[in-house]
Amino acid sequence: MFSTDFSASDLQFMLAGAWVTLRLTLWAMLIGTLSGALFGLLRATLPRATAPLGWFLDVFRSVPLLIQFVLFNSFNSIAGINWTPFAIGCLVLGIYCASYCTEVIRGGVLSVPLNVVRAARSLGLSYLQTLRYIVLPMAARVSFPGWVNVNLGVLKDTSLVLWIGIIELLRASQSIVTRIQEPILVLCIAGAMYYGMSWGMAALGRRVEQGWQEHD
Amino acid sequence: MDFDYSFRWNVAFKALPDMLAGSWVTIETAVLSMVLGVLIALALTAMQSAPQALLRGVAATWVSVARNTPALFQIYMLYFGLGALDIHLSSWFALVAGITFNNAGYLAENFRGGLKAIPHTQVRAARSLGLSGFQAYRLIVVPQLLRIVFYPMTNQMVWAILMTSLGVVVGLNDDLTGVTQAYNVLTFRTFEFFAIAAVLYYLIAKGVILLARLLAWRLFRY
Repeated sequence: MFSTDFSASDLQFMLAGAWVTLRLTLWAMLIGTLSGALFGLLRATLPRATAPLGWFLDVFRSVPLLIQFVLFNSFNSIAGINWTPFAIGCLVLGIYCASYCTEVIRGGVLSVPLNVVRAARSLGLSYLQTLRYIVLPMAARVSFPGWVNVNLGVLKDTSLVLWIGIIELLRASQSIVTRIQEPILVLCIAGAMYYGMSWGMAALGRRVEQGWQEHD
Repeated sequence: MDFDYSFRWNVAFKALPDMLAGSWVTIETAVLSMVLGVLIALALTAMQSAPQALLRGVAATWVSVARNTPALFQIYMLYFGLGALDIHLSSWFALVAGITFNNAGYLAENFRGGLKAIPHTQVRAARSLGLSGFQAYRLIVVPQLLRIVFYPMTNQMVWAILMTSLGVVVGLNDDLTGVTQAYNVLTFRTFEFFAIAAVLYYLIAKGVILLARLLAWRLFRY
């Protein structure tokens, strides 16, 4: 009958890998969202002046992530910066996330009708007050689903860091496969973990979205 | 930062003809996976509104697995997973099948969204003019659907190009990343070779977008 060499410590090893995956995702989200919000706002308010920024960020959407990892990693050794692979993974994923977040947030800011801004200004709000109390809350609601999608994409793309030697979920399952030679079982467990993480993130996003709609 | 590394770009430029040949393999792989992906996605879209629960279940599972797991995992599953069942796919075949699976899942979701924008009354009007169900779908629905989903399809095509780089992880050595990695292993000029590969990928991605614009301008003018 069915027997397996998959042990509890293997599961623990995979869970540790999943934790690395989650940490990478969270760092990338943090870096990507903060810089994406700033860049997105700049791109929406000063489209002409920040065009070069747009082209620069577009590069990260047009080059495979795998190659970005290899390039940053080898630049790291060439320049003698000596960051850990984990830090490089976070940085590259963060920039990648930022390049997508910028577009999402730019779209959100542009979706706020100009008349609303004019109305706010004519009620006596300053430019920064308008931004803080009118534009950003409205833009956030429009951008939010896109932002969740970007982060789901980043969660899945963390699997590529195995190429620069970080042991995350997929790499962990690969080394277990090499030992016990049961790829289907191990990969299905890894897949279920990815599925669960994506599903959890999407569910959290839906919940926040619903919460916001109630207060509208 | 002190550099004690001297860049040797001439070594890398000598590999350019091979890398261009690799680019062609990359483009072919992506186009093939995209064509198959669109066909499967159309079938999945039709299945999603089928009366049979089994068909709907298959389509729903396909779409959610394709969208909720990494593309690299999907390729691993086809390469190592099927290998355990004594079905040995080549790296290239596993790559094409993996990207096709992924493309089909994402495109099916786009198509489903696009289909909502086409009023159902149009199908009824077409049927009442004497067109058969399939004719109404082919002549009325699909042309409009293509316009709506053309932009997401262009994006998916760029992603397909970028995803082909994953082939190297399962040992593919004749696409752009594979050729680059082969030279990298021989010479250890990692930065130079991968920088050139990055430029080539960028050019291919921009080429795809330019071509899509031209195609949209030619196809969708009234």
